[in-house]
Amino acid sequence: MIKYIVKRLLQLIPVIIVTSFLIYWAMNLTSGDPALLIAGDKATPEMLEQIREEMGLNDPFLVRYGRYMLGMIQGDMGESYITGKDVFQTFMETLPNTLMLGGAAVLIAVIIALPLGIYTAIHQSTWKDNVGMVFALFGTAMPNFWLGLMLILLFSLKLGWFPSGGKAGFSSVVLPAVTVGYGLAALIMRTTRSSMLDVIRQDYMTTARAKGCSERQVIFRHGLKNALIPIITAIGMQISMIMTGSVLAETVFSWPGIGRLVNDSIARRDNEMVTGAIIMCSICMCLINLVVDLVYAFFDPRIKAQYAKKG
Amino acid sequence: MAKKANTVSTNNDVIKSRSQFQEVFHRLLKNKGAVIGMIFLLVLVIIALISPLAFDYETQVIGQNMADRLQGPSAAHWFGTDEYGRDLFARIMWGSRYSLIIGFGAVTIGLVVGTILGAIAGFKGGIWDQLIMRFIDIFYSIPNIMIAVVIVSVLGTSTVNLVIALSFSAATGFCRVVRAAVMTVRDQEYVESSYAMGLPTWKIIAKHILPNCLSPIIVQYTLQVGTTIISASSLSFLGIGVPAPAPEWGALLSGGRSRMRDASYLCVLPGLAILFTVLALNLLGDGLRDALDPKLKK
Repeated sequence: MIKYIVKRLLQLIPVIIVTSFLIYWAMNLTSGDPALLIAGDKATPEMLEQIREEMGLNDPFLVRYGRYMLGMIQGDMGESYITGKDVFQTFMETLPNTLMLGGAAVLIAVIIALPLGIYTAIHQSTWKDNVGMVFALFGTAMPNFWLGLMLILLFSLKLGWFPSGGKAGFSSVVLPAVTVGYGLAALIMRTTRSSMLDVIRQDYMTTARAKGCSERQVIFRHGLKNALIPIITAIGMQISMIMTGSVLAETVFSWPGIGRLVNDSIARRDNEMVTGAIIMCSICMCLINLVVDLVYAFFDPRIKAQYAKKG
Repeated sequence: MAKKANTVSTNNDVIKSRSQFQEVFHRLLKNKGAVIGMIFLLVLVIIALISPLAFDYETQVIGQNMADRLQGPSAAHWFGTDEYGRDLFARIMWGSRYSLIIGFGAVTIGLVVGTILGAIAGFKGGIWDQLIMRFIDIFYSIPNIMIAVVIVSVLGTSTVNLVIALSFSAATGFCRVVRAAVMTVRDQEYVESSYAMGLPTWKIIAKHILPNCLSPIIVQYTLQVGTTIISASSLSFLGIGVPAPAPEWGALLSGGRSRMRDASYLCVLPGLAILFTVLALNLLGDGLRDALDPKLKK
């Protein structure tokens, strides 16, 4: 298993190199002249040339990229020319907020969707099932930033139950997390329902009933446990969606996370911050995907055995 | 494939012949959700087509009229007016053009690029497959919105650039779907016989393989248009999509956000337009999936 983890980590290296190269290259095309940003409009051509030389901006692109990557390994991704802040440090400071929001969203989604998925599967083709499916249908069709606005309208402006933005205590997490979590809940509910429908007709479920297990035990211990893998896969596949949802929800709720950092940096034309944040985001996504892969093994011993063979 | 005739016995035991297309369409019509979706989309397309006849873009859609600012819904202004006095109904009607053009445009580009790449990867296999799929994997490791941010940053904000940016994520989805579909049919005997007849590879892919992979592609297309419309409005909401003062639905929401307290309809109505459009596309997509699924055939 450890061998497998190491192997997967090593496989990440080329992906990170190519991804960061593409982003660095693309963002490099958009960058204005950093020397001009530093020296200001009144700088003479000689001054600009001197700054470019000092900062290594005259070096070939590949040399600059190599230097950037070497710095990144040591936690140095340069400084923003606009705000003067350290890129890596700023990213690391905001990352926990985004992870917290994403985690809360997944938690809310699972709490709502798992019981609803099981319930609709048990009551297949009844009005209860139809209501559940309408919930899922709206969840996949609703733009989450609009949901965020509607939640603010109802729960902050009209009822005053939750703050409309910022990060201050538990109550401020609820609305952004529901905003990100609803789309995810719809997806998890649909997967849980179809996954439960698959296992509900299996012979071992009948056997469990024949042995005298209660219906609750049959559903949760024998059914749900076997239906979990596709559900975890569905969550794992949606890491990108959670990230995208967070970017938008952070903007709507002024939540101090990566999404807002990127959005504010774009508005300020702060290319260094945008480049650094996007590269770090894709690295985080790769790592989260790896963790999701490893979680499968925890829930399904068959996959663990397969890993052991591969390792 | 479409020419293949199926025979179906009716109540009167008269043998009727239906093409596969008719068969699928017949099944689709039995699905209430899909029919609602189709009717809604048809109405939306008609609205998009007639909105230039009903409202003048320069004066009614983007032209400011401060005397009428922030008026709630009334007989004169069905959906009310925004902070510049522009009629929200006219703007939402015009906005349908943006959403449909961006949605269908980006997904069609993605379809062409993704199908070509997916077909090559699935049919050729080996090094081609490895190269193309690893490239696609890289795009999967970056959140879609970030890809769009990078592309729009490079190319600048405009409707065309937004379409290009969104076509990237659409292409990666099609590439995966087409590759998987091609791999399931590439070893069929009719493909081997086309080889034996000496047909060139591109012709085998275009004439014999792709027509047999159509079902997943059609379903993916319908669902992807919905996703792309949401992405486009999200980017416009963030201010990096369709530039102002164009009435794209996401941009309308972004504009109405600051007026949520005193004019909440500015936020509610454009969002409902996005919601119902994507809902219609999803209903149609789900209906198509059921109608095209051979397992449901009687």
